[in-house]
Amino acid sequence: MSAASATDLPAAATAGPASLRLLEAARWRWYEFLFWGIAAACGLSVLAPALGFTVPVIPTKLMLLSEILILGLLALSIDLTLGYAGLVTLGQGAFFGIGAYAAGLMAKYGAGVAPLSDPLLGLLGAGLAASVVGFATSFLVLRGSDLARLMVTLGVALIVEELVNKLKDITGGTDGLQGVMSSKVLGIWDFDLYGYTAFWYALGITFLCFWFCRRLVNSPFGYSLRAIKGNALRARAIGMPVNARLIQVYTLSAFIAGVAGGLLAQTTQFASPDMVAFHRSADSLLMVIFGGAGHLYGGLIGAAIFRIMQDFLSNITPQYWLFWVGIVLILLVLFVRNGVIGLLMAASQKYIAKVPPKSGALK
Amino acid sequence: MLTILFDGVAYGMLLFVLSVGLCVTLGLMNFINLAHGAFAMAGGYLTVVMMNWYGISFYWCLPAAFIVSAVLGVVLERTLYSRLYDKTHLDQVLFSIGLIFVATAAVDYAMGASQQIINLPDHLNGRFEFLGASIGVYRLFVIVICGLLTVGLQFVIGRTRFGSRLRASVDDGRVARGLGIDVTFIFALTFAFGSGLAGLGGALGASILSMDPTFPLKYMIYFLIVIAVGGTTTITGPFFASILLGVADVAGKYFVPSIGGFIIYSIMVLVLIFRPEGLFTRSVRR
Amino acid sequence: MQRRTVVAGLAGSAFAAAFAGGVQVAAAQEVVKIGLIATLTGPQAASGRQKVAGARLFMAQHGNKVAGKTIELIVKDDTGVADQTRRIAQELIVNDKVTFLAGFSLTPLALAVAPIITQAKVPAIIMTAGTSVITERSPYFVRVSFTLPQQTVPLAEWAAKNGVKTAVSLVSDYGPGIDTQDAFKKRLEERGGKVIEQIKAPLANPEFAPFLQRAKDLKPDALLLFVPAPTAGSLMRQVVDRDLSGSGIKVIGTGDITDDDQLNSMGDAVLGLITSHFYSAAHDSALNKKFVAEFKQANPGMRPNFIGVSGYDGMYAMYEALKKTGGKTDGTALVEAMKGMSWESPRGMMSIDPATRDVVQDVYIRKVEKKDGELYNIEFDVVKAVKDPLHK
Repeated sequence: MSAASATDLPAAATAGPASLRLLEAARWRWYEFLFWGIAAACGLSVLAPALGFTVPVIPTKLMLLSEILILGLLALSIDLTLGYAGLVTLGQGAFFGIGAYAAGLMAKYGAGVAPLSDPLLGLLGAGLAASVVGFATSFLVLRGSDLARLMVTLGVALIVEELVNKLKDITGGTDGLQGVMSSKVLGIWDFDLYGYTAFWYALGITFLCFWFCRRLVNSPFGYSLRAIKGNALRARAIGMPVNARLIQVYTLSAFIAGVAGGLLAQTTQFASPDMVAFHRSADSLLMVIFGGAGHLYGGLIGAAIFRIMQDFLSNITPQYWLFWVGIVLILLVLFVRNGVIGLLMAASQKYIAKVPPKSGALK
Repeated sequence: MLTILFDGVAYGMLLFVLSVGLCVTLGLMNFINLAHGAFAMAGGYLTVVMMNWYGISFYWCLPAAFIVSAVLGVVLERTLYSRLYDKTHLDQVLFSIGLIFVATAAVDYAMGASQQIINLPDHLNGRFEFLGASIGVYRLFVIVICGLLTVGLQFVIGRTRFGSRLRASVDDGRVARGLGIDVTFIFALTFAFGSGLAGLGGALGASILSMDPTFPLKYMIYFLIVIAVGGTTTITGPFFASILLGVADVAGKYFVPSIGGFIIYSIMVLVLIFRPEGLFTRSVRR
Repeated sequence: MQRRTVVAGLAGSAFAAAFAGGVQVAAAQEVVKIGLIATLTGPQAASGRQKVAGARLFMAQHGNKVAGKTIELIVKDDTGVADQTRRIAQELIVNDKVTFLAGFSLTPLALAVAPIITQAKVPAIIMTAGTSVITERSPYFVRVSFTLPQQTVPLAEWAAKNGVKTAVSLVSDYGPGIDTQDAFKKRLEERGGKVIEQIKAPLANPEFAPFLQRAKDLKPDALLLFVPAPTAGSLMRQVVDRDLSGSGIKVIGTGDITDDDQLNSMGDAVLGLITSHFYSAAHDSALNKKFVAEFKQANPGMRPNFIGVSGYDGMYAMYEALKKTGGKTDGTALVEAMKGMSWESPRGMMSIDPATRDVVQDVYIRKVEKKDGELYNIEFDVVKAVKDPLHK
């Protein structure tokens, strides 16, 4: 997508200043509209009977879709640090959980009455809380090898998990935070049993964050991240403030992870310690790698396929679905490069090898 | 107190035997094998099966666990792992997590989800007093066995030709190949050995740690902590790191039970902040 | 342009195909669905298996027709994660239109569905989770299992009567653990004893040795233990290893630590251990003998434990409720029908308290003994009709 088209331009052939090139790469593609269209359509088709017509394929799993969107958002935050800045971290679960508890506490103490329990304000609070912790721990990821970073972020995440369990009076301990009642979204829509509001809310927020990230990675800031990922030493040599950039992207990614956590707390009406558990970080990392890192959509697609696969398999074999997920992962790694998006791109490359490219002009 | 120190050392040495394979694999092949715990689990469950179903003596289970896990390691290395040496760390992580899932579900299917318990031979049970410390016979046994293994490992790595070839391959694989060292063979052998040691550790630990299908996931964190703190270029590093972590964990839980779990995570984070390469490392050209 | 179209097409169809969910099937009027949400993977998996086995045994024994309706049992795994439980509960209610929800292996899982069942007016039968407060969180919760305070108070009484003046408690740091230690302390101190220290071990704890050593060094008359049943095995190993009984400390606990399913593999070292609980596979009644025999036959290698019998009794409660309402599936009416129900279960007599919708049952004091070559919890004393002391 954006990255691919930016890199396959022969340098000599491009007339025009760099900003033109950036604009071109940042243009919205066909398939992106299709992606979001389908996401929205899933929500609509549930309303279809109410609107008077039936769609033959009706997804009755709005709750699952909301969850996918939220996990996709978390995976997106990881993709930002992993796919674009090249930082391998296992700690995003901590930010997710912090965001969840922050939003949960705001809603709980606001007792369902605005402004404290306003959902959007809650998300802002969640993101800020998470980014504060992210900023404070960002210096940890600046040094050391991949493994050191992995371990340090994991260590921080585990410490956060212990803290959540210990500070029972605030967080409710192992039993979780109950009584999270958000007020109406934008003062109009209440969170209902069927999950309609939750879905559109999650979709809206996810899209907003996604759009922001997309703008970001196609900006000079985003390109500087890619330069750092490619070769940090060289980036420093041309005067890029590498450490500052990394801290910025890490903090931003923590903010988004916090927003995702807040979304989960608000849509499920509680917060529990397994929102900060290690398996959150591990699962979302898996989703990003599964979908393909570095394309922003990787996280979303990975989250969708992973969760749907898990749901599907666990209906068939409630006890042993983990086995099949493991097999799929192993096969994926052995035979596919760069995740599902990589798979799709490879397949499409083979398909269009027969069609000669248009000469010269920017594509 | 001495009892706690003793318990901590026993725990630490057990951790060492479990983690040393992973440490060498990581240092040698630069391969993040999170599924290392699965080999330990294999050793543990083999011991359970041998003792509970067939009534074989515990002492036979130890070498059996080693051998079976080593063979398992060789088979998996040749068929699956070797294809992934060139892939990114992320792919390796994904792969090893997939392997953990498969192993967990398979063991769950075969043996059920409850914890497995083995009954040690009578003379390994019991405690006695020594210099004011209450010594558990089995933990003493663990310390002795692990101590022998450590000494053996140091000898092999430091004093044999294989050991020097191994060290050469860790330091710089390309140059080692250039000198005619069969690095691929060394990889396979080392991986097998490391997995075998994990299996042995699993067998030893079956009575101290909890042996159930979620073992690889539960303990993976501890192995990784040992390696992160100890570094991957020597084996004395992880050795001292394990002892440190074992004692800190046990002492922490004893003296201040409310923050028990915190201690090892905090130590790890602190060490990594100040020495990201681990506490005891040789400088190595990657 | 070509490439984009192709990628678009592939992406779009992959996504759409992935989302093609089940087509809505209108539920037949004669089918009553029960959504059993059990934890079938992860550390609590063993408890999930027992629940499902117990429920299925009931259906095998009593058939799947009651009050003119056909009962369909839908089993789902929530992997022990609370937001999964909530989502699955929501799906079961909205998509499958279940009449009952059941299961709930852990407290947070039950608490998570409280707002939903209240909103949807669907009764939820608790078959495991043992923290008192759960039934207070929604008027649609009915519990057929137990609460920790209910199990612990008789034990504290027994301890006080049998020469225990000082005690230390070691529990897993989560809801039921805290409930247990608090209930024990309160009752023991009311009877003149003293709890020297309350040690809390992290829930996901691989090593109990240091906590046990600390307890041992405090030299109490008795040590109260509580951990979730699946981890009991390794705890008891450590207890034996640390030779606590040898140093004159009475090791006592609720029956979670001598879980019937794991008891045999703990070995002879746990002989003589005193526990209090509401169910033992060795309970001497014709109904229980039949239950145990058929359970073992249907599930080779498993012995029914307190969770298995709760699964069984949960189904009984649901069947009886349907009989009382004449097959009507109104949630509020079904909950009303269950209030005050009283019956003989394989565990002994039990009933549902109409005021709190919580279980009232006999709690036995048992000792681990050998019978027919296997280890069992043999009941030697009983406290009748114990209510949960924490409910107002």
